[in-house]
Order: sequence, then structure tokens, then C-alpha cells
Amino acid sequence: MSILTGLIALPFFIGLVSFFLRRHPSVIWIGTLGLGLQTVLAVTLLQSVLASGPMAAALGSWRPPFGITIAADMLSALMVLVTAIMGLATHVYSVRDISKESKHKGFHFFYHCLIGGITGAFLTADLFNLYVWFEVMLIASFALLVLHGRKDSLKAALSYVTLNLFSTIVFLTGVGLLYGLTGTLNYADLYEKTRLVEDTETLHLVVILLSIAFAIKAALFPLYFWLPTSYHTPYPAVSAIFAAMLTKVGVYALFRLFGFIVPADPLYQDVLLFWAWTTMAFGVLGAAAQSDVRKILSYHIISQIGYMILGLALYTPLALAGAVFYLVHHIIVKGNLFLIGGVIEQRLGSGQLKKIGGLYRAAPLLSILFLIPAFSLAGFPPLSGFWAKYVLIQASVEIEAWTSVAVALAVGLLTIYSMTKIWAGAFWKAHPDDVIFDTRAPQASLLPIAALSGLTVLIGLFPDHLLGMAITAAETLLEPAPYVQAILEAR
Amino acid sequence: MEMLLSILVGLLFAAALYQMLSGHFLRVLIGLILISNAANLAVFISGGLYSNQPALIPESTQVLTGEVANALPQALVLTAIVIGFGLFAFALFLGIRAYRDLGTLNADKPEHTDKEPVN
Repeated sequence: MSILTGLIALPFFIGLVSFFLRRHPSVIWIGTLGLGLQTVLAVTLLQSVLASGPMAAALGSWRPPFGITIAADMLSALMVLVTAIMGLATHVYSVRDISKESKHKGFHFFYHCLIGGITGAFLTADLFNLYVWFEVMLIASFALLVLHGRKDSLKAALSYVTLNLFSTIVFLTGVGLLYGLTGTLNYADLYEKTRLVEDTETLHLVVILLSIAFAIKAALFPLYFWLPTSYHTPYPAVSAIFAAMLTKVGVYALFRLFGFIVPADPLYQDVLLFWAWTTMAFGVLGAAAQSDVRKILSYHIISQIGYMILGLALYTPLALAGAVFYLVHHIIVKGNLFLIGGVIEQRLGSGQLKKIGGLYRAAPLLSILFLIPAFSLAGFPPLSGFWAKYVLIQASVEIEAWTSVAVALAVGLLTIYSMTKIWAGAFWKAHPDDVIFDTRAPQASLLPIAALSGLTVLIGLFPDHLLGMAITAAETLLEPAPYVQAILEAR
Repeated sequence: MEMLLSILVGLLFAAALYQMLSGHFLRVLIGLILISNAANLAVFISGGLYSNQPALIPESTQVLTGEVANALPQALVLTAIVIGFGLFAFALFLGIRAYRDLGTLNADKPEHTDKEPVN
């Protein structure tokens, strides 16, 4: 069994074990152990991709392009690794966050299936298989969303479920048309065949369908409304893993679609650019209007997604590298902020900025741990977000895309405004009722937050490693011959 | 035949979208059934249609001969039907649960999560 199949199989195996042991306390340790192993496997994968380039494996004995192939280039390997890290951190956090009742209902089973689905989506090299992984993720996320059965999460689930089901159906239609057009669904085969298609109008139609499907997943303007409606309602651990990973799967799919499957077209770049600007602007403006910690953070996901799409739209080596760097940085930082938001709600009983306060005095350690990802998100040096924004803006300056520079800088400024709002509302000002709280968070909650904050600082202080890998990822996207070859020669 | 089915797919999509634009979740659900069937049919047609020609290799030969139906879209559609069925079952149950807890399925009626809680 190759490492690629292992990475996909392991989470489902742990999920299955967790299901049968869901009433047993050891389920926590099994999950931690399994996700730790998943992280080790992901590091091994990254090292081997670093050393010898993209790798692939054929499932069953079907040779590509006929069977399902799974493959990893630098982009996939990086994403799989952050998925494992985020999965581990959120799992440790969930120990104290998820109620016993929800654990007995099978929280861990759905959680590991979600991780498995995300990993599968990052590793597959077959478009229909990607659709299947999307569905695996969806059904697991539906279950996690309504797990605690509160009324507001039921209401949120109605819009979340409807829009996400709609998006997968649009995706499926696009897959069908693309198959009719090219006769294949294997990434590498598609890469070669889409460049030979003469009926470019139908190809455009396919691109429209697929990009709308992925844009709903990635929450691009104007298709993002399901996100801020639902992300603040489930358990904080659940919304953290959603916020960190689910939209990024959509972004990853857009990268594969525009950066690989279909030939680059100035028309696509223009549309993506417009999408990037509007998503950045509307997301950050939406955040400015909110007054609930997790809702502010939800809107910020949208505006940050815009930065990644900006990198894809500019389509230069540096811009793509910046976008990949942004992707990794954002998963860690945003997941962390949602975990901290969870601690705030847990300790103070609410996320409404009007009703809370006084955390700076009561919990100085948590305050510092909040400042790191918050400043990183806003792009302060020397944290990871600074480098992510710096590379993207540098890339825009290089090709004299001044509007993009202006939008990126303005949105960055407004991000600081929102982060200051949370800081002032939850930490700085005194509590409105002047109550002294027992604000000590349990270690199981603080440990992952501290680890992720530490990782943010590390990436910020030593950005060369990640930047080097991001540049390799960008090069593979622009010169995909090794990736194509690996997929077609998979055995 | 392909033309006829394509028109049917178009009609199904139109009807489904019309239903889904409604504010009532029950009608959204009906729209979901229609649209998922429309998508399945679209995938099915995309492989090309040949009647009465199953993709089976006769015992005497080793390879497929002549014009036969494309088996891959059929496999894809089967997978999609199964997945769609599971997801629809979930959505249906969600609707029932929401109706029981919220007392209505009209999206315009219950206090939306976008609004701040009243308490």
C-alpha cells in the first residue's frame, strides 16, 4: 500500500474504530494517535515530493487514465499536511468542547470522515472522484453542523445544506458535460484533451458550471451567503475545522481547474480578478458590520479567500506562490482564531461583543495567544500573514496591477479594524456587568491554540521554507509536465 | 433521442430552479429531487446513447466489437444516484426535524440566524 492510499484510508479506519468505541473514553486517544500518525505520514509525503517531485498511485488494477488515480504534487502535499495538523489541533480542542452526549452520538466518527474526505479531495487526480470526496465531506459536515441540535444550528443547516447540495449538483452537471466533450475525467488526460477541444463554447460552459460549483464551496462573492449564516452556530471545534478547511477545498479545486485542467485564457483571468476584488471587499465590509466574534471571523474567511483568488487571477509564478503561501497561512491562523473564539464564548457565555469584556485582565495568556493570529491575519510583520500579503502585493506590483495593489492594501487596513474591534470588545474593555469570571481555560483547549500560534510565529520568522515550497507548487502549476507524467505512469 | 432527452433535462432544470427559489423548504426539497435527476440524466446522455447494445464481450472474443453503450457514464450515474439519495434522505430528515423544532418550514418566518438573538 502506497503512502497516498494510506493517507486516505487512515482517517476512515480511525473513524470506524471511533464509531464502535464512541462511548469509551479511549476514543480520544485513538483519534489523537491516528491524527498524529496522519501528520507523520503527511510529512513523509511532503519530504518525498520535495526530494523526487510529484508521485501518484492507481487504485485497483485499472491503469490511468481509465481507473481512479490519486496523485500528489507540492500543492496537494502541503494541503494534506496542514489538514492533518489542523485536524490534530482541533481534535485535541474538541476533548473539552464537545458534550458527552454529542460524542456518544458519534462526533468522532463524523469528524474523522470529514478529515478523510478533505484529504481525499486534495489527493485525487480524477474529477468524478473529486465529486465523490466533496459528497463525503458534505455529509460529514451536515452531521457535525446539527450535532448539538440547537435551534439556531438547525436554521443554519437549512441554508447550508440547500446551497451545498445545489453546488454539488452543478458540479456533477459540469463533470457530465466535460466527459461528453473530452471522453475522460482523469486530470492528466483532461490536461491534454482540453487543449485539443475545438468546441470552445461548450468548454466555456463547462468552466462556468465548475467554477460556480467551486465558488459556492469557496464562498466567493456573490455566492457566500450560506457561510456567515451557518459558521457561528455549531460547536466551536466544528466551526474551526469548517473555517480552516472546507472553503479551502473549494479554493484548491479552483486552482486545479484554472491552473491545470483548462488552458489559461485571458477571459478567465479577468473574471477571476473581478471575483477576487469583490470577494475581498464585500467580505471585509461585512465583517465591519458585525458584532459577534465568530460572525466577524466568518466574514473574514470570505475576504481572505479573495486574496487567494487574486493570486490565481494574476497567474504569475510569484502570485501563485503567494496564493499557496496564503492558503497554508490562512488555514492555521483562521482555525486558531475560531478556537479562541470558542474559548471566549465558553468562558464568558456569549460571543456578542456588547455583552462581554475584561478578558485582558482575567486571562493575559489567552490575550497574547489571540494577538498572534489576529495580527497575523491583519498582516503585521514578522508574522506569517505579513509574508503572505507581501508576496501577493509584490506580485501585483511586478505586473503593474495597481487596482489589485490598492484593493489588497485597503482590505488589509479594514482587517486591522475588525481585529481591533474584537480586541477592544472582548479583551480590552471592562466587562459590562463588571463580573470577575473564572477565565482559566482548560489545558486541552489552550494547548492547540498555543501550538498553532507558535506555528504562526515560526512561519513568520522563517518564511523561507514555506515560501520555497510554495514557489515549487506554483512552478508545478505553471509547468505541470512532471505531475502529468506521474499521473499517467501511475501503477 | 438525445435531443429529446436534452430538452427534458432543460425542462427539469427549469422546474427545479423555480421550485428552489421558493422560501418554503418543502418546495426546495422537491426542487432538489428534480435537479439531481436532471444532473444525472445530463451525465447519462453525455456519453452518447446507443439502444440495445450492452457493453458485454461475447464469449468467443476477447475485445468489444461494434457500437456498444458507454458503460462509464452509467457507472457514474449509478454512483451519483446513490449519493444523491443519501443526501436527499438527510435533507428530508433535517426538514422534518426543523419543522418539529421551529414550527414552520417557511424560511421567511423563523427568526433567521443572521439576525441577532432577541434575548
